[in-house]
Amino acid sequence: MAVGTMTGAALALRGVGKRYRAGPPVLAGIDLDVPAGAFVSLLGASGCGKSTLLRIVAGLSPPTEGRVAWPAGAPPRIGFVFQDPVLMPWRTALGNVAVPLRLARVPRAERRARAAAALERVGLADAAARLPRELSGGMRMRVSLARALVTEPEVLLLDEPFAALDEITRHRLNDDLLRLWSARRFTALFVTHSVLESVLLSGRVVVLAARPGRIHASLPVDAPGARDEAFRTSPSYAALCRTVSGALAGAMAA
Amino acid sequence: MTRPGAAARLLAPLLVGTLLLGAWEGAVRWFALPPYVLPGPLLVARTLVEDWPSLSAALLVTLRVTALALLAAVVSGVGLAVLFSQSRWIETALLPYAVILQVTPVVAVAPLIVILADDVRVALLVCAWIVAFFPIVSNTTAGLNGTDRRLLDLFRLHGATRWQTLTQLRLPAAMPFFLAGLRISGGLALIGAIVAEFVAGTGGAASGLAGSILEAGYQLRIPRMFAALALISASGVAIHLATSLVSHLALRRWHESAARWEE
Repeated sequence: MAVGTMTGAALALRGVGKRYRAGPPVLAGIDLDVPAGAFVSLLGASGCGKSTLLRIVAGLSPPTEGRVAWPAGAPPRIGFVFQDPVLMPWRTALGNVAVPLRLARVPRAERRARAAAALERVGLADAAARLPRELSGGMRMRVSLARALVTEPEVLLLDEPFAALDEITRHRLNDDLLRLWSARRFTALFVTHSVLESVLLSGRVVVLAARPGRIHASLPVDAPGARDEAFRTSPSYAALCRTVSGALAGAMAA
Repeated sequence: MTRPGAAARLLAPLLVGTLLLGAWEGAVRWFALPPYVLPGPLLVARTLVEDWPSLSAALLVTLRVTALALLAAVVSGVGLAVLFSQSRWIETALLPYAVILQVTPVVAVAPLIVILADDVRVALLVCAWIVAFFPIVSNTTAGLNGTDRRLLDLFRLHGATRWQTLTQLRLPAAMPFFLAGLRISGGLALIGAIVAEFVAGTGGAASGLAGSILEAGYQLRIPRMFAALALISASGVAIHLATSLVSHLALRRWHESAARWEE
């Protein structure tokens, strides 16, 4: 489905800038509208401030300029997926997934049921009682994904979540993420430095240039139909990747 | 290098111990040393059995001081560490005093504490607490402040209260550090209790193992000195084993220092 058809922006960034102490600006003049239910990738080289931007959107770090607006009204429920799984080693997979619900003081029985359902959605129903150290890297990342989705967030922020995984695992997790997004239609903001990943997953790729971090290009990924293996091997996917790659090269030179 | 197995880890020190004790007994007999110069281990063991009523009473006194001091160190140490973790200002203001308490030799402070405290037992407790408390404060503080920033972010994102962050994240994350501190403090509490008693000098029924050693020394009952010494060492080993066991049980499921990874 094309992203532009969705109505209304879920998230609007207006002139967002960030500067630490007296240092040079990390981000400057970021204007971005993310439609509700869209999947948008932020693509850029390391050091372009894309992770910082994500933390600002999450409310974990205040912008020093501009503002983050939620046109729909109150700030939505947000799920955050980190670069690494970032699980508590002393809690089981189920316990880790249930953490956001515990913090919201959801009663124990409901908490367990919802966490179990979230684990099942990422294909880990059997691993509920296992500790993080007993899980593979890919499984840990799935637990992390389930934890981010357990509160049924309206907005999901992902900070290069699969960068540390091997190619095969990353493929499967990309597919899982697309499946979850198709089913729930949360608004997704996905930070990555992979051109292929950004084109595969998103309806729009926002290319960032560095020093200071700013938007260099915002490219729609016009690919109706399923983002499946057929798409991944299609000429149109290759062409889109070439376009985005060109924009990224332009951003690096800018 | 291969690691020694469980049986070897138990047998090797036992073998060394047996050999050393045998050599000691042999030397005492060979050189016909009188017991007031150096008693053999067999005589020490016999004294231990014969003097058991009075020695066990002294042992109980010492162990009670040690246990109470360790308990006080855990409560005050963890409490102070939690306070430190809540505010950098409090930590900056108070930490130097914790350090001063730690670096001042307890032997030097003990006479002062004995004068200030009405009760000698309280004085002993305070001395042992002073030595035992610092490793727990500093270790637990390091653990509380070393909590994964991203997990703290996750808690912030989900609107966790200070209390939730402390009880559900910081304290469990600090557990391995606290337990490492506890293992050190267990031994230190015993040392503190003994040293304090040497300085304070209790008498009569309140006398601990240090008192037994002093008293036996005045009376030249050297085998009894050795017997009391053996009890102190045994207590130290027992405390070490007990705190190690607690640590292992608490961490074995998840922490790398205790967990055995599946090969």
